[in-house]
Order: sequence, then C-alpha cells, then structure tokens
Amino acid sequence: MAIHALEVLLRMALTFAVIVTLVFFATRLSGSPIDFIVGEGLTSEDREILIRYYALDRSWWEQYRAFLMGFVDGQFGMSFVERRPVSAIVADRLWPSLQLLLPAIGLTLAVALPLGILAAVYRTSWIGSAIMSVAFLGYAVPNFVLAVFMILVLAYTLDWLPVVGNGTALHFIMPTITLAAGLIAALTRFTRNAMLDVLGQDYMRTARAKGLAEHEVILGHGLRNASITILSVVGLQIAGLAAAGSVVVESIFAWPGIGDLLVRSAMRRDYPVLQFGVLTVALAVLVVNALVDLAYAWADPRLRQAEAA
Amino acid sequence: MSARPLLGVEGLTLAFGRHEAVHDLGFSLGAGETLALVGESGSGKSATALAIMRLIEREGGRLVAGRMALAGEPPLELSAMTDRAMRRVRGNRISMIFQEPMTALNPVMPLGRQVEEVLRLHQGLDGARARRAAEEAFERVRIPDAKRRLDQYAHQLSGGLRQRVMIAMALACRPDLLIADEPTTALDVTTQAEVLELIRTLQQELEMGVLFITHDMGVVAEIADRMVVLRHGRKVEEGPVRDVFARPRAAYTRMLMAAAPRLGAGAPAPLPEAGPASPRLGATATSIVLEVENLAVRYRVKTGILPFRKRLHHAVNGVSLVLRRGETLGLVGESGCGKSTVARAILRLIEPAEGRISLLGQEITGLSSALLRPWRRQMQIVFQDPYASLNPRLPVVDLVTEPALIHGVVTPAGQRALAAELLLRVGLEADSVDRFAHQFSGGQRQRLCIARALSVRPALIVADEPVSALDVSVARQVTALMAQLQREEGLAFLFISHDLAVVERVSHRIAVMYAGQIVETGPTAEVLARPRHPYTRRLLAAVPIPDPERSRHRRPAPPGPVPPQLLLPHPERPPRWPLSKVSADHFVAAS
Repeated sequence: MAIHALEVLLRMALTFAVIVTLVFFATRLSGSPIDFIVGEGLTSEDREILIRYYALDRSWWEQYRAFLMGFVDGQFGMSFVERRPVSAIVADRLWPSLQLLLPAIGLTLAVALPLGILAAVYRTSWIGSAIMSVAFLGYAVPNFVLAVFMILVLAYTLDWLPVVGNGTALHFIMPTITLAAGLIAALTRFTRNAMLDVLGQDYMRTARAKGLAEHEVILGHGLRNASITILSVVGLQIAGLAAAGSVVVESIFAWPGIGDLLVRSAMRRDYPVLQFGVLTVALAVLVVNALVDLAYAWADPRLRQAEAA
Repeated sequence: MSARPLLGVEGLTLAFGRHEAVHDLGFSLGAGETLALVGESGSGKSATALAIMRLIEREGGRLVAGRMALAGEPPLELSAMTDRAMRRVRGNRISMIFQEPMTALNPVMPLGRQVEEVLRLHQGLDGARARRAAEEAFERVRIPDAKRRLDQYAHQLSGGLRQRVMIAMALACRPDLLIADEPTTALDVTTQAEVLELIRTLQQELEMGVLFITHDMGVVAEIADRMVVLRHGRKVEEGPVRDVFARPRAAYTRMLMAAAPRLGAGAPAPLPEAGPASPRLGATATSIVLEVENLAVRYRVKTGILPFRKRLHHAVNGVSLVLRRGETLGLVGESGCGKSTVARAILRLIEPAEGRISLLGQEITGLSSALLRPWRRQMQIVFQDPYASLNPRLPVVDLVTEPALIHGVVTPAGQRALAAELLLRVGLEADSVDRFAHQFSGGQRQRLCIARALSVRPALIVADEPVSALDVSVARQVTALMAQLQREEGLAFLFISHDLAVVERVSHRIAVMYAGQIVETGPTAEVLARPRHPYTRRLLAAVPIPDPERSRHRRPAPPGPVPPQLLLPHPERPPRWPLSKVSADHFVAAS
C-alpha cells in the first residue's frame, strides 16, 4: 500500500511538471510573448517592470526559468490589474470555491447513492422508473437553466432566497443545488448500473444462503463491490466540477470563487492570474485523481497485489 | 442407510415465468445420508436446490406447489415459511455451496469476515470469539495456515482452497443439511478428489445429510448413497447408487451412463509410423503437420515501482511435440499448467519467447504477420465456450464462412452455398443459415464453431477444451463428429482438455503437461496403462470412476511432485526436465 501511494504521488508530480511546461509553451507559442503576456492599456513604465519580471527579452530558456522561479518564491507572479501577487489573489478565491464544492459533493452522495440503489433494487417497479425519469430530467437540463429557473421562482417571485454572493447560509442553497443537480443525475444512473451488475453476482446468492437479511446483502455485500466502480465516476465528476463545472455557477450567482476569477481574468487579459488559475485547477484535478487511485486500492483488494507479492 | 428422515420433498413443482422447471418431484433424504440429484443442464436440479433454500423467488422463479418438510428441532415446513423465518434456517440448519468458488465468494471482503458473518448471525458471536470460531471452521476443513488465511481475499487462494473456504462457511454452524450444487465441477481432478474426500469426512463428523447435485456419474459413484435422476424437471429414476449403476431401469439413465466418459474405455490406435493410414488419404497420410521444438512463453509480471526488478512468469517452459496428418494429440494437464498458452503460441496468437514452430514443413515462428496470414488458413481453433466464441450479431451464413472469405477461399456470392454445405457436414440443417447463434443449443453452437474452422479446409485444428462446457451426451456427439471429420479429411487435432477420460476417447497419442512442460508423452493406451511419471499417476488416480463397487475401495491419490517455482527474477530460468525413452514412442521426464 505504501509503495502504491508513493507511485501515485510520483506520477502526480510528473504529470504536474508536464502541465506546467505545456502551459508555459502554450502561452508563448501564439505570437510575440511581449504582446501576449503584457496586455494593452499599460504605461510604458509598468511594461518595463513586467518585461523584466518575466525576462521576456531573454531567451526562452531563461524565460522558462523565470516562470519556474515564480513558483519557487511562492508568489507565482504579479497580477497586471490588481498589482498583487497572484498567489494572494487565488488564495482569496480558493476557500469560497471549496465552500461551494464540498456541500455540493456531500449533497450528491447523500441523494444519488440511495436513489441509485433503490432504482436498482426496484428496477421492475414504478419506484425504479420514477427515479430514473427524474435522473434523466436532471441530466437533460443544463445547470444554468436550472439556476435561472430557481432564481425566478425562489428569489424573484417568492423572494425566499438571496441571489448574489456568499454572505449567509441562505446564499448557499441555490448554488449548491445547481452545482449538485447534474452530478446527482449522473451518479444516480451510474450507481444503478453498478448495482445492477453486482446484484446478479454469485456472491450475492451466497450471502442470502447464509441467512443475511436483504438490506445486509445489498449494503454489506452489494454496495461494497459496486463502490469500486462508483468511486471512479465520483472521482471523474468531482475533478470535472473542480476544473470547469463551477465557472458557470459562480458567474451566475456572483460567487467569489476560482471559476469567477478565471472568467474575469480572461476577460481582463490578466494572464498571470489566468495562468495560475489554470494551474490551480489542474492541480486540483490531479489531487482528486490521486485520491481516487488510492481509494481504489483501498476498495479493491485485488489492486493491492504489490503488497501481497 | 435407513436413517431417520431429514428432508421430505413431495409434489414439488417449480416454474420460471411460464416455463415449468420442475414437475411433481418427490424424494426423501435421511440424516447422515448423501443423495445425488443427477441430470444434464435444464433438468431442474439447481432449481430444486434453490427451492429448498427458498431462494428460488429471488432468482426469478416460483414455487407452484409442493411440500418440503425438514425434520429437527422444531420440525419445519419450508414451503410455508416467511422469508424472515427462512433467514434463521439458511446458513444455520440448511447450508449451500456452489459450483464456482471464485465468484461465490465476495471478492472485496476478507475471507475470515465472510465466515464470521454466519457465526454472528446464527450464534451471536462477536469480535475475538467470532474470529476464533472462524479460525476453527477453517481448521475443520483442513485449510493450512488458517490464521493467516482469515485476512486474505478470495483471489489470493487456489481454486481448491477457495472451495474449502466455502465449505467452512457453510458448515460453520453445523447444519443438518448441506446442499452442494456441482461443488467440484470447476475444479481440477486432483483437487476434486480432495474436496470430495473432505465432504465425505465432514459428513460423518457432523452427521449431516448431503444433497449433492451433479451431472458427473463418476462423482455420483464416488460420493452418494442414493441417487435421483432428473430429466426436464421430472424424476425418471430413484434408488441406491449401487442398484441404479448395476441395473439402471430408465432408458435415460442408461443413456447417461453410456455417455459418461469412462477412463479405460479404450483409445484410438496409434497411427502407423510410416505408410498410408487409409488408402483414401494417399502416400502423404502420415506426413508431419505440426512440429514444435522447445517452445517457451514467458509473461512479464509487474512488481511495484522499481523497473529493474523484472520478474518473469514461465508459463510454457520448453515444450516439443509432433502432430501428423489424421492424428489427434491429446494435451492434458490441470488449470494453470500452460496447455492453453501452448495452443495460443502455436497459432501465434501470442508470441513465443523461444522455440520453433513448423507448419507443414514451413517454419512460421519468424514470419511477419503479413507472411503468416496464408499459413493461418492451415490452422484453426475451436474454443471452450461456444456461447462466447460466436458473434451474437452475425447470422450463421456469415459466422461460419468468415474465415473462408478472409482467405479468399470463397466469394461473397458463394457464401450461402458454402455455409449450407458446412452445416450439413457438421450435422446441422442446411436451411438454418439465416439464424443467429442464440437460436442454437450449446452442442449445436460447438458444431457451428467446428464448421467455421472447417470452412478454410485447414490441416490442423486446435481444440481448446471443446467439450468441457457441454453435457456428457452432447459432448460424446461432438467428439464423434470430430473423429468422423478426421477420418474423412485427414485433419490433425491438437485436443486440449483437463478431462483424461475424454482425451482417451479421442486421442491417438497424449502428452501430459505439468508446470509448463510435457512430463510424459506416448500412445494413449500405453501411457494410461503404464504411467511412469509421478504426476501422471496422481492425475490418473484422481479421476472419478463411474462404478460404485470399485470407487469405494480406492487408494487415496499419491502425492504429486513438488512444483517448481515459475515466477522468477529476470535472468533465472526454471529447470527443464529432459525426456527419456521408455519404449518405442513413450517418453517420460526425469524429475
């Protein structure tokens, strides 16, 4: 297990190094770095400072080094617009994003797993069909449509919930639901399929032959096995959400998170912030993937071969 | 064996949807008695077992009528019980073990916990006491190193040990009745012998009744006191095993007995060394079709993070064999011995690490895939599972002529005619060319697979366990078809099987494989009558004898040789045993 964890971490570090390099070259390949990195609307003095900071007048090798040095000094460069270290700007946005992401994940698990299991167990009755119809609806409705619909009903017409920002607990309700809706739909469908695969397995019959009650059979033996496949989807979905899913939701609800920051910095051509924002998201995806890898090995003893051998 | 009755079944009728799986079945089973429920697939024997456990509703079936009385404290009428009440019976008073221990055990739960679960449920044991009782249960079924096994998972154990864990789980609460549904069918013969012996011993220890479900007459003779023969859900015969074997009354029972592979029933005579085998085949009748020299196949095994610690699994370790026109070579051995790997390497479906393979005098080992393609026409394969090896979306006409089309033996216009001709040759109706694979039975599907192989008129057909998934009567028809095609066309067969009796029936010569090597080879009758290698002897001793008079006084199988380590760090190689000559064509490995 320890060796496996080390392997996962190593792979993660390597992937991240590749991504950093790719981001560097991608932002420099599309034309003159000076025009690209240093946007319009700057005084010639500011221009000079930034050119020196990023070593834009030197060779690509030295630029690359300067780019990497930005990581080492912990500032990750300077925002063109706010004139603050990028790390400080992103740090401000991290927590609000997490505050949105974590409840959304919690809500998803709390709703989708029971629904998926019910839909599998009662696949032939109306309960299963009803759950799957709702899940299909959730799949088909884009999250911004859901968000606008909720704003119209809950905020505009009924005036129960606030729309903008993250001031109070009430502010969390609509963004969390919007973010979780698509996830719930996807995970319900997936949980159902994973459970259906498992329900027909021989070991389920063995468990019943032991005299276990049906709920023990389904949760103790069934879900434990299905969790291996469910885990992979949960990981992918969360990674996807961390990467791009929250951009729309944060923009709609003016939520001061990373997604909102990415959109703003892209529009303002604040490339250092955008660059680091992209890297942060990439890192988040990598971390989620690494966690899923480790959870996989925990869930499936057959993957722990290295330990046994 | 007229013990007090334990289970009395009367008028049992079961249905799956509209299909009646069992009709008006009645039998009784005494305490300490073993009753065999015998029949081919679709006879309703497994449905009966599930009905006694009252699990048949869970599998989509229905208890239409019938009574099932279980004696004991208190006596129970199983057919009238609620699921809640049944839960206290399952795993406690009635236990069940299944055919495939790999899939019947939960792959992600430690084995010890799976046994503890039963003890917690029925005996209220918890924590350390449950663990101690689970360890005792493991020891009772003679699992070596029981304590360590408690924390292991199903995939870390061999098939035989897995089935022992299943038995330990079933017997943990000392049930009155054990239902064993084909418990040894998925196991090797030597393992089967051990598991049967174990069930017999434990039955005496615990004085339980055993309902033993099987299709194998040899196993019936080994283990059962009385037997019930089922066909299409109806009882056709019942009686003490000795009586039924000595004087089978029903025609179906006689047919089953005749079809059962029986070791020592005779093998095809070896082909003469030179000269035509039959006048029709001409002067090249005994020419060599396949020659394999020192074939080795190795797999890289990934071990952790360090790339330089390369380890290799030596699946095939220096196999040489010769196959002549019109000849069948039977390759026997237990699972994992490398016999299927040999087959795939000969067909170059996997690349051999070393060795030479010559087909019709041409070495094919070094050929590029483009140069190899014309030679692929000469060698075809028939797989074990006729359900998985036929594309369900292709009609028969495309299924059986696809190889011929690929090799340009037939034009698209001629496909239907060729398909019809092939179907006739394998004993199917010529007008079924537009049907799909699922519309055929298992035996018919295997005929389709043979027809497909024949479509390119190959010199060699590799048949990898071709009848292992079939009922005995169907298996006999398929092997008869193969023999007939061989006589007509001079085909060479490499016939791979774990079943010695089937191999004897079809093979002119046999080769016994063990740990990646051939340890004994020679004319079939000669090797089976005078086995030299300890492994061959062990294999022969383990084969169940379908004769209750003989099988009861058999000696236990002699211990086999110590298996060599096949997973080795890179430059190391497992030892190769040189073959020495015993008689004209009979060779044995020194080990």
